[in-house]
Amino acid sequence: MNVLPTAIISGLGTGAVYALIAVSFVVIFRATGVLNFAQPGLLILGTFATSVLAVDVGLPFAVAVALAVLVVALLAAGVERVAIRPMVGRGMFPTALVTVGVFIVLLILAFRLFAAKARTVADPWQLNQLCLAQGDGTCAVPVYHYTVGRVVVAAVVLVLLGFWLTRSRTGLAMRATALDQEAAMAQGIDVGRMFSLSWALGGGLAALAGVLLASTGSVVQANDALFALVALPALILGGIDSFRGAVVGGLVIGVVTAVTAAYQPVHAPWLGPNFENVVPYVVMIIVLLIRPYGLFGTREVQRV
Amino acid sequence: MTAPTTSRRLTGESRALEPRSGGGRVPRSVRRGRPRLFTRYAADQALLNSPAKRWWTLAALVLALALPFLVARDLTHLVTTAIAYAIAGIGLNLLTGYAGQISLGHPFFMALGAYTAAVVGGRPGTVTWGLELDLSLALLAAAVVPAVVGLVVAPLATRVRGLYLAVLTLGLLMLGEQLFKQWAALTGGSGVGRAGAIPVLFGSDLTRTYAVGPLLVTPETGLYLLALVLLVVLGVAARNLARSRTGRAFAAVRDRDLAAEIMGVNLLRTKTLAFVLSSAYAGVGGALLAILIGRVTPEQWNILMAINLLAIVVIGGVATITGTLIGAAFVVLMPRVLEWASEWLPFVSTGSDGLLNVFQLQSMLFGVLIVLFVILEPRGLFGLWQRVRTYFRTWPFSY
Repeated sequence: MNVLPTAIISGLGTGAVYALIAVSFVVIFRATGVLNFAQPGLLILGTFATSVLAVDVGLPFAVAVALAVLVVALLAAGVERVAIRPMVGRGMFPTALVTVGVFIVLLILAFRLFAAKARTVADPWQLNQLCLAQGDGTCAVPVYHYTVGRVVVAAVVLVLLGFWLTRSRTGLAMRATALDQEAAMAQGIDVGRMFSLSWALGGGLAALAGVLLASTGSVVQANDALFALVALPALILGGIDSFRGAVVGGLVIGVVTAVTAAYQPVHAPWLGPNFENVVPYVVMIIVLLIRPYGLFGTREVQRV
Repeated sequence: MTAPTTSRRLTGESRALEPRSGGGRVPRSVRRGRPRLFTRYAADQALLNSPAKRWWTLAALVLALALPFLVARDLTHLVTTAIAYAIAGIGLNLLTGYAGQISLGHPFFMALGAYTAAVVGGRPGTVTWGLELDLSLALLAAAVVPAVVGLVVAPLATRVRGLYLAVLTLGLLMLGEQLFKQWAALTGGSGVGRAGAIPVLFGSDLTRTYAVGPLLVTPETGLYLLALVLLVVLGVAARNLARSRTGRAFAAVRDRDLAAEIMGVNLLRTKTLAFVLSSAYAGVGGALLAILIGRVTPEQWNILMAINLLAIVVIGGVATITGTLIGAAFVVLMPRVLEWASEWLPFVSTGSDGLLNVFQLQSMLFGVLIVLFVILEPRGLFGLWQRVRTYFRTWPFSY
């Protein structure tokens, strides 16, 4: 087995999911100026809904995913309407704290729904592999189908999202809202609707990412929600308000994590088991030391 | 002769009102019934600036001293836990509430304090270090070591602002957890943990029961009184700091750091000081908590604890010391109250068969409360209390 290419390819797969989660953060942050700590909760509920629809109801995987994304998008829009709309104009920190409260509620809800049972999402990829390069007798560079699935789905969704944001009328309205809420209002844009829309979009993306994260042919539990927190360093690494940064950050974090997981236990065992879980934060801290607003983040212009 | 006059002006005390030159002295008959009549800036800014505050504080202190002799031992233990959280919460409030620097890394400094105290004042185990020194030294070390680490980390944290800082400190928490899991000599290792410092203060063993006159000082009571003394000392110190020049610099940095810098506040120094102080408070709180829990694992100091601490600060009241005490009491005692109330709530079960069990209800209610408090009352429980106070003070007028 060839370690490095295998690690990089699987890292790209995970990185694509991180990128999707980070973009879901960015969508919400750009439109409403809120860092939504409730994303992990939305993510795990998306996974749960898919599991129920695909396994218990028996719908085809794609239909189940689409329905689950829709449900979570509606839920996210509802959360925005109830908990976030009253916080408009109240500053970044209190609003972020409200999302922390929402996160706790959603997480408990997920624990209750999963009820300590491990579920699957019945994805079509399972543990099938394809082989990129043959070694002597065995496969030198095996690639899981789900890795390909993750990269393809994330790429298609992100490209569609990019086109929609730049070419459509609603996308333009959303970008205008992100730039300046009052000016957007003066142009006749319904800013409140844009808020709801961005939350629905962010929730839907998180749900999709949750499904991709769970579709490894193995089981998923309520605890897996915390995987979404790994997207936070990816987000900060790229810059909190940059789509490009989120994608780059996600991929970098995915690859670095996978490569570390492949090499660190052999070459630097003194760093301890599961060191790859903290590597994203190490990368993030180093980048922040050099660029306090991430790689592509907008430098904050301050006035007194 | 001119220089002293100018500097005296800056203290805010007008010479005409000085007692020495005959001013500032208001006849008793005039002062009666007007508790908020201040003729000197210093009196206005005093810690207890009205007779009502003085009396209520005295009453609260007496009640706090009598409490362990009146309630059950496990309740005393719970209140002591609340005090440990309150000390750490005051530290976080200095940093987040007064100086405006969001930190999710507070549990890291608490853990550092806890393990430092355990090394200095604990027994050595098969892998763990322990010097078995007095608790006073252990607590001192638990304040100093986190402060020094805070001093090292602060320059990094002062470079970034706002949400970037929040996630950066979250990174610190994660890295710290990995470090503590690996460093078994310090922490006992992942999932194992170690006991806190031995509670032997100035040679007297707090794990034994003493009879002081008619009163019986049980181990719980001893720890409670120790924690109470620490809380009062550290709380008053924080209140004093908040109304000093440094406190005003903190507030200026929080409200608009660029403007503060233009006014001559040294940003690096102020932010670093806030970090160092809050780390020291966190260390003492963590050390106390470790003694109370008995055995602390590296996994315990996680993001949930960071959320708990933020909730203490926000629910209690941002940038108020009294509010932090109320917040800590609320967060720590609420589970007990819910447990007690769950007997009457129909949809809650103590097992796993009901709609929600007690633990789930607690956590969910906790989340809901954070949301409600931030939306409805930005100033937290302390703001609620202020409203009540204002209502009665201005009665029968509405404002």
